[in-house]
Amino acid sequence: MIDLQDIKKSFGRNHVLRGVNLTIPSGQSMVIIGGSGTGKSVLLKCILGLVTPDAGRILLNGQDVTKVDRDAFLARFGMLFQGAALFDSLRVWENVAFRLRHGALKKPKAEARAIAIEKLRRVGLKPETADLYPAELSGGMQKRVGLARAIAAEPEIIFFDEPTTGLDPIMAGVINDLIREIVTEMGATAMTITHDMTSVRAIADRVAMLHDGVIQWTGPVSEMDATADPFVQQFIHGRAEGPIEAVR
Amino acid sequence: MNLLAPVARLGRASFAGLALVGRITLFAIAVVSRFFRPPFYPREFLIAVLQIGWFSLPVVGLTALFTGGALALQIYAGGSRFNAEAVVPSIVAIGMARELGPVLGGLMVAARVASSIAAEIGTMKVTEQVDALVTLSTDPLRYLAVPRVLAALLTVPVLVAVGDSIGIMGGWAVGVQRLGFNSATYLQNTADFLEAWDVTSGLIKGAAFGFIVALMGCYHGLHSGRGAQGVGQATKWAVVSASVLIFAANYLLTELFFTS
Repeated sequence: MIDLQDIKKSFGRNHVLRGVNLTIPSGQSMVIIGGSGTGKSVLLKCILGLVTPDAGRILLNGQDVTKVDRDAFLARFGMLFQGAALFDSLRVWENVAFRLRHGALKKPKAEARAIAIEKLRRVGLKPETADLYPAELSGGMQKRVGLARAIAAEPEIIFFDEPTTGLDPIMAGVINDLIREIVTEMGATAMTITHDMTSVRAIADRVAMLHDGVIQWTGPVSEMDATADPFVQQFIHGRAEGPIEAVR
Repeated sequence: MNLLAPVARLGRASFAGLALVGRITLFAIAVVSRFFRPPFYPREFLIAVLQIGWFSLPVVGLTALFTGGALALQIYAGGSRFNAEAVVPSIVAIGMARELGPVLGGLMVAARVASSIAAEIGTMKVTEQVDALVTLSTDPLRYLAVPRVLAALLTVPVLVAVGDSIGIMGGWAVGVQRLGFNSATYLQNTADFLEAWDVTSGLIKGAAFGFIVALMGCYHGLHSGRGAQGVGQATKWAVVSASVLIFAANYLLTELFFTS
């Protein structure tokens, strides 16, 4: 279980997170929605330690993440980045098997390659793609490779940062389905940030809406459409009029 | 109030400059402290050796060749004013080994390598590849900076040694072909007047300049701003800071080596 307690983060005078409180139960898929620039990515990076919060506590299964062994903590995570963030200089299989070739989880080259090819197959890529470089792949294939890398070491927790951004609707649907299937079969805790409502409905068990630096609403995805919260209603229906100011 | 504004600006600029020096010093300490502690990345190191050392050979070699030739012409022309044309071989050799080989080699490596490192790491930063390294339990300093800095530290002295030899050869070619020196006499004079410390001091300078070049490339790459403009700025500052620091370090090392 991930427990966020009163997380605050400012960049200069820009107060991005003003006190985020949120609990993500184990084995559940939490999707955080919110407009661009509302601090969704910052919140995710705070949990991973890529950004240091100004205030608040982040607990993982009751333990403060700042007080646990960092490598052991990160070994429990997988992350799919918005632009896939594949290493240009490495082949596809080396990207997927990166964690398996370095650090505490290091495995022999042949074994790591075999696992990478199996994970590539799991995300719908043929073994022939293993020896290509990321620049030789389409955007959708890069996302799949990023997904394969995120699950390569069988993590307990997987983060997805805008998993469908930049993809056509069909490929976005494929990625959404893959994420849902993989999270379910691995029994992992998932946290996704997106403003794509199709993704929300495909991936989420629970939804939280981040606006103005705080969680405005959270609840099961099945209750999202029926909620009376004006922020959620404006966002999910894409209305220009409402409590969320739209810059025109 | 207005009268004090320029003083306030000067103060802010001074503090910003000092803060930058402090950040770079801490970065250098962080990199060097990781030289001797695992994990090590031998594959990244070998790639860096190839990129920094081997692929810089043509540009360093050509620079040294033309510099050695031009130096021979200048010393001959200058020396003829007081009948000292005979010093051409010794001055070319000493000049190349002590100063021009390391400084010009360092500058050419700065132009070629600092820019390339800053652009590559800067692009990795803006495309979240550096963040991805962290989430994959890999320290970006160990994986990106240590192999490059160590490779530059070890290969630039070799480049300087090759550059010295080619520069002296350029001087010899011009001396023999254009200035009428006897080939054997030219080489004998070169060997007679060149001391081991002339060469060694140049190689030590080369190591220092290699360290500076790679450190500046890594520092500015890892602190790159967002987007193409951020990477462009990082690349520019990597080359500018590496070049200025090479000149500053060259002066300090020359004071240290040759004035006592």
